[in-house]
Amino acid sequence: MFGTTALFDELQRIQQEMDAVFGATPWANGIRSSTSSFPPVNVGTAAEEVDVYFFAPGVDPTSLDISIQNNVLSVAGERHIIREEGASYYRKERFDGEFRRTFSLPEDIDPERVDATYKDGVLHVRLQRKESSKPRQIQVS
Amino acid sequence: MTERTELAKKTDSEIQPAMKKNEPVMRPAVDIFEDEGGITLHADMPGVSKDHLKVKVEGDTLSIEGDAEIPMPEGMEPLYADIRATRYQRSFTLGSEMDTEKVEASLKHGVLTLRIPKREEHKPKKIEVRVG
Repeated sequence: MFGTTALFDELQRIQQEMDAVFGATPWANGIRSSTSSFPPVNVGTAAEEVDVYFFAPGVDPTSLDISIQNNVLSVAGERHIIREEGASYYRKERFDGEFRRTFSLPEDIDPERVDATYKDGVLHVRLQRKESSKPRQIQVS
Repeated sequence: MTERTELAKKTDSEIQPAMKKNEPVMRPAVDIFEDEGGITLHADMPGVSKDHLKVKVEGDTLSIEGDAEIPMPEGMEPLYADIRATRYQRSFTLGSEMDTEKVEASLKHGVLTLRIPKREEHKPKKIEVRVG
């Protein structure tokens, strides 16, 4: 998940810079993708589960709206940054406002067996795969 | 035989620091503002706990560093990744008017807050204008 694929990092950086300058890249976007990349998402798959990580620091976890519909996982929320009045700001890089990120899940997710935890600013959603789709060892008789 | 082993060991230790250098690092997003009493910095460092956070001042350089810890099940394979590193690093230079001895740091929900006060003698003083 945190591979050191420098080439891909570089490509991603270039894409982000192009997005910032031109607003959009020439190739097709996912229909549900949004211009905001907050919070960044990582998704990993294992034999029995799929794990989705939303890197959303400084968010009230109780205000997060997490839902699954038609195999699409959606997380919506708001991060409201309180600006100090009368102070002079040098940098305002942190995301401020409402956000929504969605992710298409593999087909074999059991929507009844999902749990979510929020720790150190990372929302971790664990989705279990359906029993029938787990890999089975087949014996040769 | 012994010589060989030693040589192998030496190469290992020489390789290590070089590999560390190539480790990808992320630049945390920050908000920085100044008021009369000092400068406040907020930095987004999701996944970093208090034990894996390092804030230090060396000379006039303030640096923040942290390692994100992400719980992952065994045998996990990446499917999609916006984040491709676990280490955050960023540094700033401070002016001499900042009181580096009194920097306060706190961490909540992955957001680091630093308060760097100004030295007493540098805090602005109101100058009364007398109307003659």
